Amino acid sequence: MSTTTGIIFSNLHDMSIADLTRRRTMASVPFGCRYRLVDFALSNMVNAGISDISVITHNNYRSLMDHLGSGKDWDLARRSGGLKILPPFITTNQGENNLYDTRLEALKNVQGFVADIKTDNVVLSDCDAICNIDLRSVIEYHTAEGADATCVVTRKTLTPDISEKYRLIYSNDSNDVTDVIAHPKKFSGEGDVLVNIWIFDRRYLQSALADASAHGYKSFTTDVILKNLGKHTIKVYHYDGYYASIDSMAGYFAVNMELLDAKTREALFKVKERPIYTKVRNSAPSKYVGGANVKNSLIADGCLIEGTVENSILFRGVHVGKGAIVKNSILFQDTQVLAGASINCVIADKNVVIRDGVILSGHPTMPFYIEKYKMI
Amino acid sequence: MYHKKECVAMLLAGGQGSRLYTLTEKTAKPAVPFGGKYRIIDFPLSNCVNSGIDTVGVLTQYQPLELNEYIGNGQAWDLDRTFGGVMVLPPYQGNKGADWYKGTANAIYQNLAFIDRYDPEYVLVLSGDHIYKMDYAAMLDFHKKKEADCTIAVLEVSLEEASRFGIMNTNDDNSVYEFEEKPKHPKSTKASMGIYIFNYKKLKQYLIDDENTEGSANDFGKNIIPNMLASGEKLFAYPFSGYWKDVGTISSLWEANMDLLGAKPVFNIHDRSWRIFSRTSAMPAQYLAPGSVTENAIISEGSEIAGTVRNSVLFHGVTVESGAVVENAVVMSGVTVKAGARVVNTIIAENTTVGAGAMIGDNQKPGDNITVLGSDLAIPAGMTIGGGLLINADKLSELV
Repeated sequence: MSTTTGIIFSNLHDMSIADLTRRRTMASVPFGCRYRLVDFALSNMVNAGISDISVITHNNYRSLMDHLGSGKDWDLARRSGGLKILPPFITTNQGENNLYDTRLEALKNVQGFVADIKTDNVVLSDCDAICNIDLRSVIEYHTAEGADATCVVTRKTLTPDISEKYRLIYSNDSNDVTDVIAHPKKFSGEGDVLVNIWIFDRRYLQSALADASAHGYKSFTTDVILKNLGKHTIKVYHYDGYYASIDSMAGYFAVNMELLDAKTREALFKVKERPIYTKVRNSAPSKYVGGANVKNSLIADGCLIEGTVENSILFRGVHVGKGAIVKNSILFQDTQVLAGASINCVIADKNVVIRDGVILSGHPTMPFYIEKYKMI
Repeated sequence: MYHKKECVAMLLAGGQGSRLYTLTEKTAKPAVPFGGKYRIIDFPLSNCVNSGIDTVGVLTQYQPLELNEYIGNGQAWDLDRTFGGVMVLPPYQGNKGADWYKGTANAIYQNLAFIDRYDPEYVLVLSGDHIYKMDYAAMLDFHKKKEADCTIAVLEVSLEEASRFGIMNTNDDNSVYEFEEKPKHPKSTKASMGIYIFNYKKLKQYLIDDENTEGSANDFGKNIIPNMLASGEKLFAYPFSGYWKDVGTISSLWEANMDLLGAKPVFNIHDRSWRIFSRTSAMPAQYLAPGSVTENAIISEGSEIAGTVRNSVLFHGVTVESGAVVENAVVMSGVTVKAGARVVNTIIAENTTVGAGAMIGDNQKPGDNITVLGSDLAIPAGMTIGGGLLINADKLSELV
């Protein structure tokens, strides 16, 4: 059996949802009542038997460290291997502005660490993808094909407003990558987009990194992959399960709302052999009292519901007061909607208080975002 | 002070809880699920942690497998310590022979070596049968202030109830002059809660003497406490006022679950200053479908509700299909109530499926005639199971 190490990039794509990543990494963006985006990347790796996983951080990573802790919730608190956090590595003669911007630079930053990897393969994963993928099959495919690198792609219909956030991968009938179009502007139509999961042969990754360092390359796809098409075996793996990517605030809102569909919950959370793990906290069960009226909503533990909740996603410890109306909204941990308030298409960050009688509304394409600890 | 603990807790968790019938067929009473995501033992364990006691011996005997697995290394309660922490203590074989725990006192006696490792001044003896929140640190302060040899927590009960308990007859300063086990004509209403703090040196001597006494029942209430009183040791009653419930019967277990409901519940588990810890796994949030009705309910993660839930406590991973009604019920984890079924006044144990259109329990008066469905049963569609029936796998096969 081949052995594999996992590397997770916690900060790439932060700018896609700038409001939510002002004080946290993409990896620690809350999602679906109780998860953080990193839970998918981590759980996918753990479920494939990978027990040596490093998370590369950039900035704002306090919330991420708080979430990950020792890694025990993913069964990654191990004496050998387990979870490691790789904080930014800044030497005195680099200056603080020399932090990486791209995946390649991030890897170059931890080149010493990568050089020490001894497993056969390395899985690289970003945190913007929400999927429950059988990585074991991907690794088996990669090994069987004798590939130097394998990327996971999925079929997606792109629209001009979001196409720039994706990488289009073209491949031939034998699944060799033939071309990559990174960040197509104003692209419209169907294509294979990169899920931002790569399997690398460890030796190839190490030599490609050394080469990139020597040449001062910046971009992973254009400099490393594109320049080596034909010279190395670079394969695509077609994934056709549920996939959603966080590419904008409207997208973030829409993907959360997709969880209200039983099919999405089944594809993400109810795969028997592949649960999605997250930090387990001690919240009491949720309580519904008096005039609670809840329709088509996902509710985390520790909530107290006395009012109306429709088509909404409530994180832990949310309180919906008497007569309050919450519709089409995402309320993060410990947010309070007091008596008689009425909100629609709102994303409220942690510990927001919406006071008695306040009326707020956004639009699905432009959800109204309220910062942490704000009182309205 | 690395090799010393001021106070070590010994939690008696060997009870069979036979009056819980099928609920304790495969598990010990302290491991019985409670309150949507807990087990009974979470309450004394969380009380220990919240009171600053980090060394707990859990004495098991009856069906210990599930309890052992649940406690694990104690990490869920922050009791995975380098020195101390939680330790499961089953009966063992020594060079003088092997014995089951003969009584509560004998269980502690057999584990004196465990207590000695921590060289404690005090030993707190608890039972794993009760639902309550209590600051043992305050009780220990009381014990020290009174310079007591033994302090027994007591609860005021009504005079009628008093004959079901061990009753402490006390002087004005709360010192105990007499102890009566289940008196016919109680002189006081101070009922022992089965929570004791002993000065360890005294306790050890009494346990050794008791062990050497032929015919002793080796029980705290019957032997140790009366012996200490007779020898003139200083015993004090520590008055506790708060929620305390023995969940030893089906109806008291049902009631205690119902006590959690409502905006101002009789017993509050949502109190963040005294959290109850439990071992849980990561499940997705609960989903309430467009047609669902939730009136006065406690629901846990992973549950999917499309039907009606009223005055009920639902554990994790419960499915209530559309048109199904769950009322005045306690529904444990993994249970499915199929479309159109009706479950009233019932406790359903883990992973049982109630078939479509089945009618379980009778609803004349909530809390009377409670029906119990054991774990891992498949109740056929359309079946009727009346009030007050206790159904396990054998009973069900007779009925089908």
